[in-house]
Amino acid sequence: MKIKAQISMVMNLDKCLGCHTCSITCKNAWTNRKGTEYMYFNNVETRPGVGYPKGWEKQDEWKGGWTLDDKGRLKLRAGGKVERFIKLFYNPDQPGMDDYYEPWTYDYDELTAAGRKRHQPVARSRSLVTGERMDITWGPNWDDDLSGAPYARADVDLIAANAVGAQIKMDMEDLFMRYLPRTCNHCLNPACVAACPSGAIYKRDEDGVVLISQDACRGWRACVPACPYKKVYYNWETNKSEKCTFCFPRLESGMPTICSDTCVGRIRYMGVLLYDMDKVEAAASTEDPRDIWRAIKDVLVDPTDPAVIENARANGVAESWIDAAQHSPVYKLIKEWGLALPLHAEYRTLPMVWYIPPMSPILQRVAADTDLAQADEMRIPLAYLAELFSAGDPEPVRDVINRLVAVRAHMRAKEVGAPEPEAEFAPEVLDEMYRLLAIAKRPDRFNIPEAADMTRAERLKAQREFGFCTSCAEGGFNA
Amino acid sequence: MSHLFRKYSHIRKADDAPAPVRQPEGGHQELREGGRDWEHMYRDRWAHDKIVRSTHGVNCTGSCSWNIYVKNGIVTWENQATDYPETPDCMPDHEPRGCPRGASFSWYLYSPLRIKYPYLRAELAEMWRDARAQGMNPYDAWASIASDPEKKARYKKARGLGGFVRSNWKEASEIVAASELYTAYTYGPDRNIGFSVIPAMSMLSYAAGARFNQLMGGAQLSFYDWYADLPPASPQVWGDQTDVPESSDWYNAGYLMLWGSNVPQTRTPDAHFLAEVRYKGTKVTAVSPDYAEFCTFADTWLQPNVGTDSALAMAMGHVILNEYYWKKPEPFFLNYAKQFTDMPFAVIMDDHGDHWEPGRFLNAADMGVEGANPEFNFFVSDANAGKLVVPNGTMGDRWGDQAHWNLKMEDSATGAAIDPELSFVDRHDDVVATAFPYFGTDGKTTIVRNVPVRTVTAADGTMLRITTVHDLLLSQYGIDRGLGGECASSYDDASVAFTPAWQQAITNVDPALVVRTAREFADNSIATKGRSMIIMGAGINHWYHADDIYRTVLNILLFCATEGRNGGGWAHYVGQEKLRPAEGWKTVMTATDWQMPPRLQNGTSFFYFATDQWRSDEIDTEDLTSPLRTPRYHHSGDYNIMAARLGWLPAYPTFNKPGAQIVAEAKAAGAADDEGIKAALVDQLKNKQVDFAYADPDAPENFPRNLIVWRANLLGSSAKGSEYFNKYLLGAKNGVVEEERMAAEPEEIKVRPEVTEGKLDLLVSLDFRMTTTPLYSDVVLPTATWYEKTDISSTDMHPFIHPFSPAVEPGWESRTDWDIFRTLAAAVSSVAKEANLQPLDDIVAVPLQHDSASELAQPCGRVRDWSKGECEPVPGKTMPNLVHVVRDYTKTYDKFVGLGPNVPKKNFGWDATEQYEWIGDRNGRIENKDLLSYGMPSLAEAEHAVDAVLALSTSSNGKLAVKAFEGLERKTGLTGLADLARGREEDQITYRATQVQPRETITTPCFTGSNTNRRYTPFTLSTEQKVPFRTITGRQSFYLDHELIAEWGEQLATYKPILDYTPLKLEHDAQGRREIALKYLTPHNKWSTHSMYFDNQQLLTLYRGGQTVILNEKDAEAIGAVDNDWLEVFNRNGAVTARVATTARIPRGSMFMYHAQDRHIYVPGTPLSGTRGSGHNGPTHIHVKPTHMIGGYGQLSYGFNYYGTTGNQRDIMVVVRKMEEVDWLED
Repeated sequence: MKIKAQISMVMNLDKCLGCHTCSITCKNAWTNRKGTEYMYFNNVETRPGVGYPKGWEKQDEWKGGWTLDDKGRLKLRAGGKVERFIKLFYNPDQPGMDDYYEPWTYDYDELTAAGRKRHQPVARSRSLVTGERMDITWGPNWDDDLSGAPYARADVDLIAANAVGAQIKMDMEDLFMRYLPRTCNHCLNPACVAACPSGAIYKRDEDGVVLISQDACRGWRACVPACPYKKVYYNWETNKSEKCTFCFPRLESGMPTICSDTCVGRIRYMGVLLYDMDKVEAAASTEDPRDIWRAIKDVLVDPTDPAVIENARANGVAESWIDAAQHSPVYKLIKEWGLALPLHAEYRTLPMVWYIPPMSPILQRVAADTDLAQADEMRIPLAYLAELFSAGDPEPVRDVINRLVAVRAHMRAKEVGAPEPEAEFAPEVLDEMYRLLAIAKRPDRFNIPEAADMTRAERLKAQREFGFCTSCAEGGFNA
Repeated sequence: MSHLFRKYSHIRKADDAPAPVRQPEGGHQELREGGRDWEHMYRDRWAHDKIVRSTHGVNCTGSCSWNIYVKNGIVTWENQATDYPETPDCMPDHEPRGCPRGASFSWYLYSPLRIKYPYLRAELAEMWRDARAQGMNPYDAWASIASDPEKKARYKKARGLGGFVRSNWKEASEIVAASELYTAYTYGPDRNIGFSVIPAMSMLSYAAGARFNQLMGGAQLSFYDWYADLPPASPQVWGDQTDVPESSDWYNAGYLMLWGSNVPQTRTPDAHFLAEVRYKGTKVTAVSPDYAEFCTFADTWLQPNVGTDSALAMAMGHVILNEYYWKKPEPFFLNYAKQFTDMPFAVIMDDHGDHWEPGRFLNAADMGVEGANPEFNFFVSDANAGKLVVPNGTMGDRWGDQAHWNLKMEDSATGAAIDPELSFVDRHDDVVATAFPYFGTDGKTTIVRNVPVRTVTAADGTMLRITTVHDLLLSQYGIDRGLGGECASSYDDASVAFTPAWQQAITNVDPALVVRTAREFADNSIATKGRSMIIMGAGINHWYHADDIYRTVLNILLFCATEGRNGGGWAHYVGQEKLRPAEGWKTVMTATDWQMPPRLQNGTSFFYFATDQWRSDEIDTEDLTSPLRTPRYHHSGDYNIMAARLGWLPAYPTFNKPGAQIVAEAKAAGAADDEGIKAALVDQLKNKQVDFAYADPDAPENFPRNLIVWRANLLGSSAKGSEYFNKYLLGAKNGVVEEERMAAEPEEIKVRPEVTEGKLDLLVSLDFRMTTTPLYSDVVLPTATWYEKTDISSTDMHPFIHPFSPAVEPGWESRTDWDIFRTLAAAVSSVAKEANLQPLDDIVAVPLQHDSASELAQPCGRVRDWSKGECEPVPGKTMPNLVHVVRDYTKTYDKFVGLGPNVPKKNFGWDATEQYEWIGDRNGRIENKDLLSYGMPSLAEAEHAVDAVLALSTSSNGKLAVKAFEGLERKTGLTGLADLARGREEDQITYRATQVQPRETITTPCFTGSNTNRRYTPFTLSTEQKVPFRTITGRQSFYLDHELIAEWGEQLATYKPILDYTPLKLEHDAQGRREIALKYLTPHNKWSTHSMYFDNQQLLTLYRGGQTVILNEKDAEAIGAVDNDWLEVFNRNGAVTARVATTARIPRGSMFMYHAQDRHIYVPGTPLSGTRGSGHNGPTHIHVKPTHMIGGYGQLSYGFNYYGTTGNQRDIMVVVRKMEEVDWLED
């Protein structure tokens, strides 16, 4: 056993508004610089749809994530060391600009500056990369709300679900949609880290945040295809890769990420998980992809277990972090209540951002006979959700959704004084679930311990030296 | 401390990496040290210098508080504030309120779209500079241009075609001042028009221009009705403009219907309350033709055909009346109906020979009962006394015997307890075959249903047959009560309106689902005591017959006793209409602290005439009126002329002569005083020596001359029929496709064969972005952005007041709106002095106002037209009131900057001396002895004005709230009302307090509900405290008994089909191209900031980058279009060019063109019109509905943004085809 701490996030897709506030606030803070225009550390996809970049889940093409070799050992899908070395200078799996989109602006000045004309002046579009006139043919959210009829049907997961007999047509009768916000998953077994030839990518010991050193990155870009979620981006201005940092400068002060902080749907929960690092490799090597999500739950350990606490302390996990782990909304949602599932666990990176799958309206054919629908009667086919969250196994998704329905039935009974319906969980637990899902006060959604792990003397020194580079040279603190 | 980091990796770092510290078994883990200094890069990026609280002024109702981050004096970004006052522990908090639109605003501050300096149209600048160089003073310089048709034509034709030149504040403000003054002295000040929208979103910026405009004597145009955001059903049913639950009250609902309101997309900051209440067990039903975002949050989705919502609602009403009022009467519902609705009131049945029709309410005058206003005292049948009695609370009591203006269940004459009978069905004297108008998809007809009646003898000896509103309702809905005649045998009876089976043919919704939903809704209300709610919005409110649609839905809510309950009732969210500190704001914005009355014009009627859309009106009213009536007029515009004449609606410009001339002529003819002037004018009107300007809108003396637009994008956003604006109002290049003659010749409007295009002499816009309205303006003034100004914001979505604060100074040469209008006021004073202008006589025509005794002016809902000899013209009674005022423009600035002398004693229903002095102490007093306002409290700065507004308003000043409630106690004879505010009596919200934290407003009788220890929901003052509704019966109205309402067949709510005029009238040659005709729907955009801001690079990136229309994939296929093709979308009114997004999400036969996409970004030319494509309003057209013009009768009386014609824009058909070639028209 080797216990480590991880900052983790759960997103409740059942509450996601698809508003993209997270994308905008993230972009303003981090990626509206030259070279980063096309990057969305956080993006939101309408599903079914092709996502951003286009078809990012097609691992046959991108060679992202991990797979198992003949002996059942983990290997990067991109290949072994030799294969990856060959691809160093030319990597056919590298996404191109068209897979994202070409960022553009408009000739806004023309509106004020135009001389007298025969027709009303207009601001036409211009590429932010080349500065040339460009026609707008694709964007980072082109298929928003099922726009562009062909794209929903081109959804990789929808095709996969249909391949196993789901019969989803995406006509008015069986139409459905939901949103999928995505950030870097700050995985326990990150493929980007493993793929980096420069060793520039690392997972921080204190909080598990995965970062690309802008000093060490040499721009090989092996991480870009290696990340199966396509959450590493290449900055064409600096020639280095960048990715979501989990807003570590905020985490270090005990604040949630910007995307979480500004999430209007209040779908995001952040907190600490303790995990056993010694179990990571085995979990990632689980043979049946359908069992990986359970294996990850086994890697996550009970923060109240005395043995776990002792081991955590021995490994340098601070008291405040152990305490936070014991009061972690994320732990409750993932581990205690089984309401959250990882996205594409079959990529074997052990993602640390999990999702509560959404409920949806009742199917038209049963609507007039039913009060509250169960998971199987809802518009979003379980087969589709299963492709996203449980490697094609509908059972875990069904369980989660029916647990949400159980919370509702329980609360409805209380509201109107009806008898308590039968449920998997005790009424007190359902009450607690309700509080976290619905009332969700800010301190309950986010429990993030501050990062500074310093003695009093160090703090005193740091306080006086913040902002001065003299301290950098000494390896002191800077702000 | 050392830098320590560890990583797992297969690959060892080759060069400068420190050695691994540990290499455990398995080879999958690795730890390393050092190399983390670079992390400061991101920490530096995050660091900032200050955070300032501000917000956005966009009419989205969000009214979210934001933190603006500033670094090195530059605004870097914004995140939502999360520190709203907390809600109770049992419900979610408000944080974080905001959306991607708000989050991207900071882009505008430094964007290349920003207007940095004052600009002038080049042609105009040249003429002006020329005239000034010749030594003319500004007034004469403007006169030299404005009196020269050739000069005017030169710059008007250039509108919208580029060619701005830089100006400066002195020059630009002198031009505006000179034009306003020249117009006032040449044509009358009511030719000066101001247009700004939705004050609540930045109320002092609104007030700045309105105050300036009112000091000029100009007319301020309404917006809420013009946007079709006003639900006319609200004044009709409640006598209230709009009052709705705050969004957090959704969390109290036990059952939620979402009907035409796309909550996640358009109410983003509060949508979480909807998502979250589901976990409380609340069932959610969505009603929408398309699979909209809000449908994804629903448990059940009902999918009616586009525009058929009222058929669905009528069928639900049928189920509820049948099961809960007739078969198994539900006491909870019935008791509510008796006490709080007009259901028990007696209606006179009119004998029409072969059939009967419901007439008007039986009143005390009919029965010879004495009283102050007997024609406004109405009867119920009291089961206790066994006779007809007038209950407390009718409008007669409101303006008469005030001790009885309450909803106590008492006989107003004796005070005896009463028990009103809802129905005569058990004890009737007769059953009469009654005709109800019916508007089917194939045309109009009548349905005849049996109604139980009793007979009574009127004072004049006539025998009257009467029934109750309840009985009319059950008969109209087709409930089988064993009375015989036509009624529904079962829910499956498709032949009888309004059964579930009947609606299926219209809506295509499964009848079983309708029945189930209606039962669920009603059962939940019974189980939760009224906590069934319907969130409704633009999807069903932007229609021509929106009032009917809304009334059919409101009926469901009223049947189920849900109004005036937390978690129940209607929740209408269309526009940020709730300005909370109302009284103080109104004083400042109307400048009534100096002079009364203001000129407040309903916008839709103004634009209908000003842009000559009446000339192409496609409505013949006979198509839409009751089959039982002959319409009074065939042309809708004629009704509007009548409405102006009868004092129903305002009409500015009012007369075809300037007020100064009218006064001069009256004085010359011997008028000695104001009464004499008034009498002389009445004579002139009667003799047709003076006429209403609207009756001859194309006569140059009747043109509006100046239009100042601020806080609005009139031409790019709200101008329905925008190409007609270009043509008639501006004289600019336009894309009107086919101007066909009107469907009916008007009788009251003079049709001139020739029209001078370009009525406006000066279009002035204040903006911070160069968008469509500034592009077409003559003078462009740069305003401060929302992060550069002082102001306050409020909304109906939450109970807080919160500020705009300057995070940085106004950029470049921009100024705040308050400073700009102060600058203009100073220019007016200076130009007037320089030109030695003498005080100007003016006559203000004031319509009969709601919430004043004028609402008794025209009793019994009778239409009596003095111009037809049906009555005498009596100002304030049968026609508008006429007020003589004198305006001294040399004092305009003096008045603008000081809070005027009317405040202490005249402006309010209470003595405001204490507040007046408090404001003086806080703001300082005017120190310049040369000013008229010397010694008065200062309003020179925006913050002064904010604090004056807050000090003078009941929602922000606890003492005033208590005073106002005490006043209401006296008016109603009720006690204990003031307790609602007493706990906050010492509270005075100030601007600086709002900067610390959003402040919760104080409960006030200004609104109909309470937020004292509860979430705000409307009408609880009525349902709990027994304050009457401000309707004629004092109750919520099912029945409207005005003659014009009857003419349109809408006494009771009913289903009416949408207008379906063909897109083109003349023969159209498709030239072999594939075309399709579709319903043209303009819902709100996800990727523009509310209704005006479709140009933000960040937001345009997140969708399609320019104007987009959304078509069903099969409709696109039918014209051979694939995703992202360019389409041309047109009808007779104009043509749009846009790219297509194909989808399976919207039904065939209709299309979306998102509201207020704008023609200045990425829009090519249209081959059809030969010029640049329009924004979304190219194909729309103003359709005024005459029933919205009614005035002088109870709740159907004029109020600014309260009642009036709506600028509905949904009933439109277009032709769509692929555009083969794209021409950007860059020449």
